[in-house]
Amino acid sequence: MSQTTKTTYHIPIGPIHPALKEPVYFEFEIDGERIVDVDVKLGHVHRAVEWASRKRNPIQIMYLAERICGICSYCHPAAFTLAVEKAADIQVPERAEYLRVIQAEVERITSHALWAGVAAHEIGFDTVLFLTWEMREKLMDLTEFLCGNRVTKGILTIGGIRRDITSDMVPKVTGVLDYLKDNFERLRKIFLDDKTIKMRAQGAGILTNDNALKLCAVGPTTRASGVKKDVRVGQSYFAYGDLNIDYVTPDTLTGEVNGDVYDRIIQRLLEIKQSIDLIEQCLDKMPKGDITYEPKIAKVLNQLKKAEGEGVGRHEAPRGEVIHYVKLDGNEAPFTWKVRAPTYNNILPWIPMLKGEQIADIPIVAASTDPCMSCTNRVGIVKDGNKYELTKEELHRLSVEKTRRLMR
Amino acid sequence: MKFSMLPSVFTQMFKKPWTNKFPAKYAPDNTTQFLADVGAGKAELIPPIETPPNFRGKIKYDKEKCTGCKLCLKVCPCEAIEFKEKEKKIKIYLSRCCFCSQCNDICPSNCLSMSDEFLLADIDPYSKDLIVE
Repeated sequence: MSQTTKTTYHIPIGPIHPALKEPVYFEFEIDGERIVDVDVKLGHVHRAVEWASRKRNPIQIMYLAERICGICSYCHPAAFTLAVEKAADIQVPERAEYLRVIQAEVERITSHALWAGVAAHEIGFDTVLFLTWEMREKLMDLTEFLCGNRVTKGILTIGGIRRDITSDMVPKVTGVLDYLKDNFERLRKIFLDDKTIKMRAQGAGILTNDNALKLCAVGPTTRASGVKKDVRVGQSYFAYGDLNIDYVTPDTLTGEVNGDVYDRIIQRLLEIKQSIDLIEQCLDKMPKGDITYEPKIAKVLNQLKKAEGEGVGRHEAPRGEVIHYVKLDGNEAPFTWKVRAPTYNNILPWIPMLKGEQIADIPIVAASTDPCMSCTNRVGIVKDGNKYELTKEELHRLSVEKTRRLMR
Repeated sequence: MKFSMLPSVFTQMFKKPWTNKFPAKYAPDNTTQFLADVGAGKAELIPPIETPPNFRGKIKYDKEKCTGCKLCLKVCPCEAIEFKEKEKKIKIYLSRCCFCSQCNDICPSNCLSMSDEFLLADIDPYSKDLIVE
């Protein structure tokens, strides 16, 4: 009689799969229902955004940056303008800094509400999806009211902001904030007291404090593991330095940090609350004055054309820290523009999170870091129609070469 | 806690739906025929939800005021604007426009403005409705 031996088997998921919103390729090694090993492959939605910037001036690139991600359509241009302002040494008026904070926080609430809905959908709780997105709709209307469009805001400009919040617009903003505060309790009750969500989320996809530090996770993903990492507090930019803001971790509510999916839900709900508070502070403290350092855009363009230097813009996007590097060399188009989206750092934490979990938990664990694939994909190597994979040594060599080229 | 969903279910039952049934309660088979009927007064059009003030819709162009300075061509992120050398006027292809209103901001003679018109779907990207000149 032949002996059957128990072996693990491979399951590929993606790049196109009903459970995935965006193309990413997983290779799971499964033992029964348990995940033994995971491998993640990226690079399916590379759009050559950085390359497209080489024949555009900074004002045009802002709109290109806006289209890196549909949900963070404020964060990318924000980090880009910060980098250009640093490179060209531009001082932004104080009122514009406060207005920029308001826009950033409105986007954070919208994004977290969207995430909460998607997370509920991933565990099959679709009524909650519609309840949270009903709240989100109010914020989309507010975005349209403040910026002129619902998704691509087009609100930033280099050296300031394009639209002011005048005193007659304030009641509408506070009205939406009051609505949010009234409905926040309902959302909290659904997400934190409901048995279904507790059963699915507690103890699932644990990212330990150690791993979060080691793998450089950013944003709510790392803060839910108890790592105090937030660009808004760590580095003073926009008007965050003048506002009363502190690190938020889930232990402020529950007293302990587990780093599981449930903690990531708590973290995002706490951040919604913090953002509401920040917008209110801004509306109170906002000084009067100009909203751009130079209202004539032709003059700004001329100045940027002559400017030489490099700058790094860091901004705390809803998903974590986004970094843009810009080098101006006295030409119309910048010499280089480099983008690092927050999801790039939050990919590797998937591996410790998913190991040892059940197959059914893959969607909610993967969604709990709020991934955005199209932001992340910055490289694609295609030669003669074939896709290539780089080894660590090759990638390192190429990175060194690129850095040398940029430093010349 | 067991039936906590029921109150919101009952309130939903007596609420009017949020959906605005634009342009008609049931989608017409032939939109052009429907619009012709509306024009003749035979059918009724349910209006779309109003746009907020300062909405960024279809660009309006005041040809008389334009000086042909070409500044809008310089800032347009999607190269939707063409310069007509002979007349020294511009031509905007709305099928490429990303509605950022940057050309409005840079225009020194204020000949460009954003209207609140947003119904711009068309099967031909070069149709008359999608070219502003």
